[in-house]
Amino acid sequence: MRVDVEDLSVAIAGARIVEDITVRADSGQLVGLVGPNGSGKSTLLRCVYRALRPAAGTVRLDGADLHAMDVREGARALAALPQESVNEFDFTAAEVVAMGRLPHQKAVARATAADAAACAAALARVGADHLADRGFLTLSGGEKQRVLIARALAQESRVLVLDEPTNHLDIAQQLEVLSLVRGSGLTVLAALHDLNLAAGHCDVLYVIAGGRIVASGPPHEVLTPELLAEVFGVRAHRVPHPESGAPQLLFDRLPAATTTPAAP
Amino acid sequence: MDCEGTPPGRAPLGAASPHVRKRPEAKATDSTVAITSPADGARTAPGGPPPPRRLPLPPLIAALAAGLLLSLACGVAMGYSGLTWGAVFGYLRAGLTGGTIAPDEVSAYTIVWELRFPRALLAAIVGAGLSAIGVAVQAMVRNALADPFVLGISSGAAVGANAVLIFGALGALGVWALSAAAFAAALAAMALVYAAARTPQGLTPLRLVLTGTAMYYGFSAISTLMVFSSDRAEAARSAMMWLLGSLGGASWDSVPIAAGAVLAGLAHLAFSARRLNALAMGDETAAALGVDAGRLRKQLFVTAAGVTGAVVAVSGAIGFVGLMVPHITRMLVGADHRRVLAVAPLLGAVLLVWVDIISRVLLAPVELPIGVITAVVGVPCFVLLMRRRGYTFGGA
Repeated sequence: MRVDVEDLSVAIAGARIVEDITVRADSGQLVGLVGPNGSGKSTLLRCVYRALRPAAGTVRLDGADLHAMDVREGARALAALPQESVNEFDFTAAEVVAMGRLPHQKAVARATAADAAACAAALARVGADHLADRGFLTLSGGEKQRVLIARALAQESRVLVLDEPTNHLDIAQQLEVLSLVRGSGLTVLAALHDLNLAAGHCDVLYVIAGGRIVASGPPHEVLTPELLAEVFGVRAHRVPHPESGAPQLLFDRLPAATTTPAAP
Repeated sequence: MDCEGTPPGRAPLGAASPHVRKRPEAKATDSTVAITSPADGARTAPGGPPPPRRLPLPPLIAALAAGLLLSLACGVAMGYSGLTWGAVFGYLRAGLTGGTIAPDEVSAYTIVWELRFPRALLAAIVGAGLSAIGVAVQAMVRNALADPFVLGISSGAAVGANAVLIFGALGALGVWALSAAAFAAALAAMALVYAAARTPQGLTPLRLVLTGTAMYYGFSAISTLMVFSSDRAEAARSAMMWLLGSLGGASWDSVPIAAGAVLAGLAHLAFSARRLNALAMGDETAAALGVDAGRLRKQLFVTAAGVTGAVVAVSGAIGFVGLMVPHITRMLVGADHRRVLAVAPLLGAVLLVWVDIISRVLLAPVELPIGVITAVVGVPCFVLLMRRRGYTFGGA
């Protein structure tokens, strides 16, 4: 399923957080959003999974306006992992995954065999079936993220939106989460912090700064030292990976002279 | 809870696992992609803390339903008048089946049929209503401290009820006046809390709780002021009733409205149970699951106001039940709202019937305010349960 974000603008309390953003994810692509903190990545994604209404612009799924759809219909097409951490209710992992069936269920009807099958398949796909009866809050960060991905898979949507899914995970868990997402076959839109991780896993990268898209394209065409200096304020070196040859980015602080304004 | 459950020697996740299956050569498609299971190695390792204990639902509900019937029977049979159980059930049968009683038994019959029975029923209704609304409000604001009091709903409703009782407001509505005023005041109180807590970014749970708590004190003060400014001799007693709760005024007249409101509220909550789960996970997650959090919250506001208004109109402001019963229920059956909402009302009903019995019997003939008993019974019970390992609402 193709996702088109068209000329999207978001205003919160009168301030424009996101301005005229256009993002396109073709069916099955993993599209990454990178940018410094506060650049508008999360705000953009919140519009895509409908936690926010855009002030202008549209989000289209295969051409259909998402915000004009019934909310349940929208949730059957698009699942999301918000950056929200739940630390209150003691649901089991299986109960969390079962919530993914919500847009498919009637309010009072019992869970159907199809619901149970979708949940079991989702847990198995992320390799978390052994966690089903554990309390969600007792899981490690990586296990939680796997269960949340299972919830999104149980939703049986065709688009997945992820807001910094690798936050607070150790490196093995980060790689694991991204390979799970990569292998899901869904169209994925993900905000990512780690530029090497983003470059290594995404088909297309969009760089956001100050609420606008400043660059987009295949990762290694986009992440140039010049752009990284301008957007992130760092000095970057590209070196080939010793085994795969894939470009890797190494970072330093920019030389002080370019960041401090000249004395009057 | 911490995340230290995984033993340090577990197999590494991902590609380094020795058990990783070969990826199928076929190109992955939307539905048939096989993800190399990264947990094959981890699965053999002991899986951290044991799964939370969950009681099976059908036997629990059956036991609670039986317990409720038994409690109602005790509520009718136990009291200060020294009636025997046999006599009490004779009168009950007479009342239920329209049988006859001897003339010298009229006062005893009146005690059983006109006072104790509706009172026990009301206790059950009030307990069920407060517990269910506690569940809803805690999910709604995602705060372990929330109950109808914290949002200022109960004290707002009490202001409306007092206006009717003391100043005769809404006299034209007859028996409906008290409930209508309590409902209207509860709704107004909630609208006020809602408006005061709202920011351009929306409604955050913390602001709701803070605003509600402030309003609670304001409304309580208004209630107290109204009671003391009236010329009724028993003003102080009445104030106690409104601030601490009492079922002393129970009669058959008050049963239908309270029962109707509580049943309607329970039906709405049962209908919303799945969406409450989503809401408990956060507004963003709810949105991603196709639940309009803002709209659901508004519906819950109205339901909470309706049930709280109806309950406060017949029992005053009974604290602690709406706070405690949801927590105890979650400890027993887990956090899934479909299970919680099946158990909490029954548990709350049983609890309040017994609390009412104790309030009548303990210092008889003096009747204690119900809020005193709920606190005396509830606090130690609650602390003990909280201390037990494995309960994590609030990250404890």
